[in-house]
Amino acid sequence: MTAEYIIETRELTKEFSGFMAVSGVNLRVKKGSIHALIGPNGAGKTTVFNLLTKFLSPSSGNILFNGVDITHEKPADVALRGIIRSFQISAVFPKLSPFENVRVALQRRLGTSYHFWKPSSSLDVLAERTLELLGSVGLEEFAHHHTEDLAYGQKRALEIATTLALEPVLMLLDEPTQGMGAEDVGKITELVRKVAENRTILMVEHNLKVVASLADRITVLQRGSILAEGEYDEVSQNPQVMEAYMGSAHA
Amino acid sequence: MTSVNRKLWTALFLLGMVAPFLLYPVFVMQLLCFALFACAFNLLTGYTGLLSFGHAAFFGGAAYITGYLVKNTGLTPELGVLVGTLAAGMMGYIFGILTIRRQGIYFAMITLALAQVVFFIALKSPFTGGEDGLQDIPRGMFLGLIDLGHTYHIAGKPLELNLYYFVFAVFCLGFWIIHRAIHSPFGQVLKAIRENEPRAISLGYKVERLKLLAFVLSASLAGTAGATKSIVFQLASLTDVSWHISGEVILMTLLGGLGTVLGPVVGAFTVVTLQSELSALGSWVMVVIGATFVVCVLAFRRGFVGEVLEKIRIRAIKHNE
Repeated sequence: MTAEYIIETRELTKEFSGFMAVSGVNLRVKKGSIHALIGPNGAGKTTVFNLLTKFLSPSSGNILFNGVDITHEKPADVALRGIIRSFQISAVFPKLSPFENVRVALQRRLGTSYHFWKPSSSLDVLAERTLELLGSVGLEEFAHHHTEDLAYGQKRALEIATTLALEPVLMLLDEPTQGMGAEDVGKITELVRKVAENRTILMVEHNLKVVASLADRITVLQRGSILAEGEYDEVSQNPQVMEAYMGSAHA
Repeated sequence: MTSVNRKLWTALFLLGMVAPFLLYPVFVMQLLCFALFACAFNLLTGYTGLLSFGHAAFFGGAAYITGYLVKNTGLTPELGVLVGTLAAGMMGYIFGILTIRRQGIYFAMITLALAQVVFFIALKSPFTGGEDGLQDIPRGMFLGLIDLGHTYHIAGKPLELNLYYFVFAVFCLGFWIIHRAIHSPFGQVLKAIRENEPRAISLGYKVERLKLLAFVLSASLAGTAGATKSIVFQLASLTDVSWHISGEVILMTLLGGLGTVLGPVVGAFTVVTLQSELSALGSWVMVVIGATFVVCVLAFRRGFVGEVLEKIRIRAIKHNE
């Protein structure tokens, strides 16, 4: 039996010494959709991400992935199930080349992560796939540059290529277009649309234009709770949502 | 690039082969032991990003264990070094499971505390010779065949060639293992953990286990260095397990270049040479080395080798443009 929802939370709650960062959230993400999580600053979006990927443990509530309870698993185990996240600040390995960045994600499946006696040439079998992935985000020609020297948008693209290397079932993108110029925003939007073809994406995004053009479904968080949920048009007309955004994003 | 590398390695190897004829052999052996120690430390700190302040425990601990076994049970030196290495690896495992979840300064402080425990065991145990340490450790017969204590006299110069080539072989083997580990699939993952640990976790790596393996490897090879040193100087003393040695190996690695293959070797040579050349100054040695360290850190932030590599890189970028 396959569940309709790839991820489902039940009364998910996270309390930080008296402060309710997330309280009683029932989030359901449909398989194959692009689902956006929006809300004003401090609404608990990133906390939800950290809970879903087990970087934080919930105070109470459950998380189901494909109908299986993963509430008590470790971050690496969740990653092995195919839930792969990106980070708010760009998550690349700055001193490895873009080629090595992607390869290090691919090499886990070789099962040689502990083999300290093998030469690096044992990784050559991954070269073709690595270049293919870099090509898919337009970074092939930068494969052997220094990652530190890449432009911001390129780093985010590299991060997506690295994430794709794991063939994730569910991709969690934490503000993929944050801090980007208009041109890069367009590129990343296209990229997200492309990679969403055969997988599910849950994203936190501040840029409402991006959300409007990408997301199938939107959940609005405020002060740790779900304020509204639905399609963009529906949610954006919701008076409570408009009020929540007054004076903040839509000032 | 690889042909340049091969030439460099060949030149260094040949230099190592003729070194006892150019310099005082025991001095070169001391250099090699500390260079191996610093390389082992660098595997952990430079490539995994964990700063250990307790590596003397492995270096000195192995020196005591090897010294004791070679002296009292008649173990041959190569087996002595092997047992010392394994014992240091086991100590590394124990240290590792206690510390590996800690980060940054907490990791450094706990490793220091555990190393101090080892220091007090060395001071108080009945078999370590207390303040005197273990003296008169025999150099023994390599494989029971070759007398490592034999001294040749060539052109009137006493040369402990058997011992030297034994030490050089141990160094080369240890260095090769570290070099291979750095460039292995495992080494790639270690670098990723050093660069961005949360990201490595999100890629599905069990970073604690990987770090633990790095710690055990590093401790084992630090043990190899200490065990070999006890055979060379026929002595295992409290100095070998003291926190000064833990500090010195950090100094060597930083001076030469953290996270570079040859940096720790260069750093170890610099520090040991300074100590020996300046020994006439007595306690002023510490001051001079301290001042050298300050100047080097200000002038070459990446360490000697790190700075050279950076220059080469910048030149390559300019060349491409």
